[in-house]
Amino acid sequence: MPRISVTVDGIRYDEEVEPRLLLVHLLRDRLGKTGTPIGCDTSNCGACTVLLDGRSAKSCSVLAVQADGCDIVTIEGLSTGGTWHPMQRAFHEEHALQCGYCTPGMIMAAIDLLHDDPDPSEESVREGLEGNLCRCTGYCTIVRAVRRGAREMSQKQEGAATS
Amino acid sequence: MTEQLDAGVAARQIKESDVLSGAGDGREVGRARRRKEDARLVTGRTQWTDNIQLPGLLHVAFLRSPMAHARITRVDTSVARTQPGVVAVFSGQDFAAEQGSLPCAWPVTEDIVLPDHPPMAVTEVRYVGEAVACVVATDRYKAADALDAIEVDYEPLDAVTDMTAALEEGSPKVHEAGNKAFTWKFAQGDIDAAFRDAAVRIDRTYVQQRLIPSAMEPRAVVAQTDGDSFTLHSSTQIPHILRVMLALTTGIPEHKLRVVAPDVGGGFGSKLQVTAEEVLCLLITRRLGKPVKWTESRSEGNLTVHHGRDQLQRISVAADADGRIRGVKVDLLAGMGAYLMLVTPGVPLLGAFMYSGIYKMDAYDFTCTGVFTTKMPTDAYRGAGRPEATFAIERIVDELAAELGMDPIELRRRNWIQHAEFPYTTVCGLTYDSGNYEAATDRALALFGYDKLRAEQADRRERDDPVQLGIGVSTYTEMCGLAPSRVLGSLSYGAGGWEHAGVRVLPTGKVEVVTGTSPHGQGHETAWSQIVADALGVPFEDVAVIHGDTSSSHKGMDTYGSRSLVVGGVAVVQACEKVKEKARQVAAHLMEASPDDIEFTRGEFRVRGTGTSRTIQEIALATFAAHDLPDGFEPRLDAEATFDPDNFSFPHGTHLCAVEVDTETGATKIRSYVAVDDVGSVVNPLIVEGQVHGGIAQGIAQALFEEAVHDADGNLLTTTMADYLLPSAADLPDYTTDRTETPATTNPLGVKGVGEAGTIASTPAVVNAIVDALRPHGVHDVPMPCTPERVWRVLDQARTTAQSTDGGL
Ligand code: FES
Ligand code: FES
Repeated sequence: MPRISVTVDGIRYDEEVEPRLLLVHLLRDRLGKTGTPIGCDTSNCGACTVLLDGRSAKSCSVLAVQADGCDIVTIEGLSTGGTWHPMQRAFHEEHALQCGYCTPGMIMAAIDLLHDDPDPSEESVREGLEGNLCRCTGYCTIVRAVRRGAREMSQKQEGAATS
Repeated sequence: MTEQLDAGVAARQIKESDVLSGAGDGREVGRARRRKEDARLVTGRTQWTDNIQLPGLLHVAFLRSPMAHARITRVDTSVARTQPGVVAVFSGQDFAAEQGSLPCAWPVTEDIVLPDHPPMAVTEVRYVGEAVACVVATDRYKAADALDAIEVDYEPLDAVTDMTAALEEGSPKVHEAGNKAFTWKFAQGDIDAAFRDAAVRIDRTYVQQRLIPSAMEPRAVVAQTDGDSFTLHSSTQIPHILRVMLALTTGIPEHKLRVVAPDVGGGFGSKLQVTAEEVLCLLITRRLGKPVKWTESRSEGNLTVHHGRDQLQRISVAADADGRIRGVKVDLLAGMGAYLMLVTPGVPLLGAFMYSGIYKMDAYDFTCTGVFTTKMPTDAYRGAGRPEATFAIERIVDELAAELGMDPIELRRRNWIQHAEFPYTTVCGLTYDSGNYEAATDRALALFGYDKLRAEQADRRERDDPVQLGIGVSTYTEMCGLAPSRVLGSLSYGAGGWEHAGVRVLPTGKVEVVTGTSPHGQGHETAWSQIVADALGVPFEDVAVIHGDTSSSHKGMDTYGSRSLVVGGVAVVQACEKVKEKARQVAAHLMEASPDDIEFTRGEFRVRGTGTSRTIQEIALATFAAHDLPDGFEPRLDAEATFDPDNFSFPHGTHLCAVEVDTETGATKIRSYVAVDDVGSVVNPLIVEGQVHGGIAQGIAQALFEEAVHDADGNLLTTTMADYLLPSAADLPDYTTDRTETPATTNPLGVKGVGEAGTIASTPAVVNAIVDALRPHGVHDVPMPCTPERVWRVLDQARTTAQSTDGGL
């Protein structure tokens, strides 16, 4: 069995994995990273989205072996020192979740979206999150949350740049 | 909050002041509290059923029928048993003696055909996806691998996919007793008189396509036993009902069975079920003495989570020349699918009383025939019966307006129950306790800019613009707060509709609330905390809500039918009242006053007219110590209450939708959507807004995108999320929402329920808008989902018909 080494939420894991093992199953079943859920089997829902070397990836469509040597951040690794990431806060503030099943993937995808467009319009948030499905919220509050998160993140960055 | 102002509409927006103070009287109820639930959900510290890991946990995978209808002639599991990691393989035959039949709790008529429904098929399969065998293995991959090694021989039988065809003489039979499950009738008033010499009569047929509920969390089950008792974790909406039903089905005594609904990722009715997989996982764990887990894949779920809707509605309305509605007649075929599951036959009955909508009329006649087909059974899906009824009445009222050349709002005004007429007993026999259709409609019209849009519509029509504007109106009401137990009994439902709550004040003054409702996204932990904070005068943060586990919350009827707040929330209030009365006794004793002289405000018991007082926290500690209590007083500051409502509740509202339809491509774009809902008093406006948004999205999805499609052989063609089109953020508009508040008079909170309102209202609003856009082209209906292709075909046909008529003249 291939041996891989991955860093997940700051911890390094050396694992022997079947070549067919999906990254999301490595995370959930082997590493206990159950914060990242699975919503489909056709890469449509985005519930399983994580950051793979800084960019969002649907962990159900990546093999664990493909992640060898990668740095992975899941929803569980987002907050630092007990402080939520601004995007987590924004989702809470804007009531952008109900059952919360889509939320980890939404938050990870939203963070990635801001890489390319730090101040997205409503329309670009809607387009940018097309690969993440939510059955509960109707998306309005998610759109609000992402734009709120974006503002807070840029303010934070500005704050950091001026200090 | 500037975000919301960006919309540039003066709709009610949730402001920071709502969060801080609600009505400004220091009360928690009415405040837009951020949810307590979010902390674990945004950080990934969730407890989904599939997260559960146990020592020695085995994984179950099901082999499912590839045929819609077939006799099983042979199942050979011998090779599968030898595969790596395989612990056991079972076929239906292995369970035949003990699996019983999946329950139907709602046999709507005495002569209903109630077919045996084995959790695992033994001799015959009746829909694609029915379980025929299963593998139990050491991991999920190995279990799935070994499925390939099971051999099943089928002798194909004819599929029956169309309801009308199923009822024809000589149709292949789904069950020996035939394809008609039941016929249920209801009539009020003289319907013949209403239709006889009516100035206008309109007849329409509407198809409520089959839908796949698609909660984002796939179902999952974990079953375990210590050899004596059993614990079942399931992604369910109904842990309490499930426990009773599983005990009856499997023979495991109720007191030896604990059912837990941990975090549940949405339900929308789809997890209001007693599923084959739940029963089978229990049986497997009983056989093997080992814990087992089953988690469905999405494709498996699309096949085997019960579907929704699937009705063929023939509806007729009779009216006077001035638009006054005289009567409505409904003849319904309701698709049951292959079996009757928990409330399958009852779903159309939940709509039966809603076809009169908000309108006054003299007579009503309803017939519903339940029809078996070789498809996955249907059952509750958000709104359950009421969206179908609302769709039909709201669509046909628009048709009536068109026929009479009247504005659809004006026609509605002439017919709806006036605010001054409440309480009003409708032709269907329901007493609507309160409502204000005028207020909600006027508010919606103002927010929508109705007159301006009508002007634009006229202009586009005038110019023969290829992109036409349509305006859709939906003035809905619904019956929720399920339900008065007596009414359920009179409709042959197998259980009551009460709800239970327990409230206990702990020695330190913190409060635990035990609720029989079972949230899966609705925010009960937050809303119940707000209610208790007000009732007992304790801080919001000091309240914890316990739910979803039959060992800690022993009694409940769970969550569906917009009932949690209206029934369960009221039970919480009543339990708080009892606790307060106990505390008053203690307070009076401690302050040496008569209980009658004790006032209670904001957590403080005060002797009237004096400065002497005790806080509820002090009372809690004194009760715990029990050193100095009134004679005979039990040292406990807790109470339980079970609330059984006298009546349903009737939220209502006006939804307006503007669409642009491209007559060349058939593409529809929702340009604006305004929803003004009246859900009575509001505990948490943030949660209400969320429920309305999500509901509207699901209703729009039925109107525009979703359909479970089967081929003639009964194969489901929409098994994946790539084929079954759930709308993404890019497919949906922003909504303008507002509320009017006409409190319910039937419960102390004044609440009416909000979980299903949006879904019920929005589907007809959207379809009415599309038809309105195309009416000048001779279009009277577009079947759902109104995809560009469908719209284009309807237009094309209308044009062809127009041409041939012209040619003939
Ligand atoms: S689980 Fe990965 S996209 Fe659905
Ligand atoms: S919050 Fe339930 S799926 Fe998005």
